[in-house]
Amino acid sequence: MKKILALLMALCMVFALCACGSSNTAPAAEEAPAAEPAAAPAEEPAAEEPAAEEPAEEPAEEPAEAAGPDIKIGLICVHDETIGYDMAHIEGFQTAAAELGLTADNYVIKTNIPEGPECYDACVDLAEAGCQLIITDSFGHATYAQQAAIEYPEVEFISMTGNNAFASGLANLHNMFPHTYESRFVSGVVAGMKLQELIDNGELSDKNYDENGMIKIGYVGAFPYAEVISGYTAFFLGVKYIVGDVIAMDVTFTNSWADAAAEQQAGKALIDDGCVIISQHADSQGMPTTAQAEWEKGTVCYAVGYNVDMLNVSPDACLTSAQNNWSEFYKFAFECILNGEPIPTDYSIGYADNGVMISELGASCAEGTAEKVAEVEAAIADGSLQIFDTANYTVEGEHPTTKLVDIDGDFVGDEGYEAITDGIFYESEIISAPYFDFAIDGITMLN
Amino acid sequence: MNRSHEPLVHIAKRDGLVWWKNWIIRLISVVLALIVSALFIYSISKLNPLKVYGAMWNGAFGTSKRAWVTVRDTMLLLCIGIGLAPAFKMRFWNIGAEGQILVGGCATAAVMIYCGNTMPTWLMLVVMFAASCVAGAIWGLVPAVFKAHWNTNETLFTLMMNYIAIQLTNFLVSKWESPPGSNAVGVINLNTQSGWFPAIAGKQYLLNVIIVLVLAVAMYIYLRSSKQGYEIAVVGESENTARYAGISVKKVIIRTMAISGAICGVAGFINVAGAAHTISTEVAGGRGFTAIIVAWLAQFNSFVMILIAALIIFLQKGAIQIASQFNLNDYASNVVTGIILFFILGSEFFINYSVRFRGAKNGKEAGK
Repeated sequence: MKKILALLMALCMVFALCACGSSNTAPAAEEAPAAEPAAAPAEEPAAEEPAAEEPAEEPAEEPAEAAGPDIKIGLICVHDETIGYDMAHIEGFQTAAAELGLTADNYVIKTNIPEGPECYDACVDLAEAGCQLIITDSFGHATYAQQAAIEYPEVEFISMTGNNAFASGLANLHNMFPHTYESRFVSGVVAGMKLQELIDNGELSDKNYDENGMIKIGYVGAFPYAEVISGYTAFFLGVKYIVGDVIAMDVTFTNSWADAAAEQQAGKALIDDGCVIISQHADSQGMPTTAQAEWEKGTVCYAVGYNVDMLNVSPDACLTSAQNNWSEFYKFAFECILNGEPIPTDYSIGYADNGVMISELGASCAEGTAEKVAEVEAAIADGSLQIFDTANYTVEGEHPTTKLVDIDGDFVGDEGYEAITDGIFYESEIISAPYFDFAIDGITMLN
Repeated sequence: MNRSHEPLVHIAKRDGLVWWKNWIIRLISVVLALIVSALFIYSISKLNPLKVYGAMWNGAFGTSKRAWVTVRDTMLLLCIGIGLAPAFKMRFWNIGAEGQILVGGCATAAVMIYCGNTMPTWLMLVVMFAASCVAGAIWGLVPAVFKAHWNTNETLFTLMMNYIAIQLTNFLVSKWESPPGSNAVGVINLNTQSGWFPAIAGKQYLLNVIIVLVLAVAMYIYLRSSKQGYEIAVVGESENTARYAGISVKKVIIRTMAISGAICGVAGFINVAGAAHTISTEVAGGRGFTAIIVAWLAQFNSFVMILIAALIIFLQKGAIQIASQFNLNDYASNVVTGIILFFILGSEFFINYSVRFRGAKNGKEAGK
């Protein structure tokens, strides 16, 4: 046995020799350079060696850099473009860069950086590479971006969806968050229109009603954060806006921003339980994929996605997706840097400023949906429709009258930061990260 | 010799090569690995392999910060390798480094969280060091005691201890999590930096290097020149011989595993207080297994371990860099890493065995 193994290994070596022998004609240069890095691992990192290597690298980059504006921006993504959330960020980033005449030499995108110390390393690496602006795209990156921001006060950091900038007191740390609750409300309106159609056509069965006679809808959330609570409450209120007080929503958490398998399972469980329409605040396309499969089996179930258009994986079951228009945020940030203007500590925009949207309506959408959506969007943009108007929901039977916002990160509301004025809960006004976390009546957390 | 029965290839054990010949074989294997990787890179991506190797170098040592991160990670891996060395030399299959690192890390994080800002930095460091040592040693002792007294299977036992440590870490993470519901602890003592390794001479990670190098030298001397080190070697070669020579095998097993676990616990301390400043299962992150390769390939020699650890970390950093710079999938760069490791492991074969082809003269070696 040992001999056979040894022979195999020997053959492998021989093959390697032959392979390089046959291709000797063209890449003759290959062998010489190959030998060079060979020394690298065998030696401890000598300080002078990288310096010697550098000049060879530099000239290639320099001329290109001179062509575009003199700016370098780093983007750190928690996943890569295979996940909707990060795809939306990368596309938004690149769109904004292209609009402002920035080229690929002006930015570096690092993908698959976990929400851990790797994020700090990545921030330091980008700062050392000369980035004036470093942006992280995930909530869990925020604490590590803050660590790097303390260390590099001359570099601007933006933690997208983070909630720590105001509390940190750092001049170079910023948070941005779209009024995602607005697009979630509108996606709820789309779902509501469909639900109304199903009710009118008598397509619902007993399974779709709970013991109180309410129609069951579902939601797959990632983590029980305010960001997620704010989102599913807005979705719920959007559905209710159309169909009235006839729905009850079950929410289940996957404890991961993107776990396609867990989202599929969660979606399947909700559908099996009789939920008619399911939305999500998780980043993969798992749930709409499952909904499509169930729809094809003849189950009455529809999905509302998030981040990206999901009609490609779920053409029949998916109605639309709530989306953030990240390019507006990136454009704003890039312009601040290019014009030498300060970036605000918190920045949050919605329909009024083109910060959020919903994706193309699916084929299954009810008639008149597009018109209704346009009407609601306009009402949100001009402020005549207030999504979190306390008249629209109750908490343990009462309409809430006060909500102190936690701005220093201790998870306790702080005096002087009142979110409710004249019966309206103003979301993302005090800090950009959502802070609506009422457990309103009609929504049940399953886990 | 009857020629007709002689096989095409004849493999014979070498009696031991001169040290420099060993290193020539290793060097050749690395060069060959790089050539094969170059062909692989070119065939799938049509990229200039030279540029790809340049990028790998750049990823590991491109800036002084990068070089320091590479050194920091090398030292961490080395520390675990040093911890594993005595256990493996004793032929005690300690697969439990992962768990020992985690409990060491948890102990460190606990000190940072509960005792932060109550004592000077040096005292904090001493307390954390001691706590991580004790935690790691306990995790090493449990399987050792069972092995010594009841001859349980240490491979399974240490492996199972890992799962307990992982669950313990997850439990503590959910206890300390911030913000609630995030399943993450975040940066501990972000604003006060209490319990963080201080920068020495302006170098953020110099203390990591110092601690690990001290351990490396100490372990080298311990295994080479101490009586206890000799006992470890004898127990490893043959327990019966050890018993005949009057060595208490039980005592050696228990003592050695306490040391092994404690050093792995210190690795957790170094990672939590000196690099990550947070606690999660990623504090170990598979390093406890990777370090087994480090320890074995180096045949438990501390200084060779430095080279192996540096090579593995260099390949990791390089792989990350080529993935982002050339938009290559992470898996493509992992293939390159795999090819290089395969050749290096293969070179050990040619160091230990000589291969002669039929009709070849004695002493002529293949692969050269």
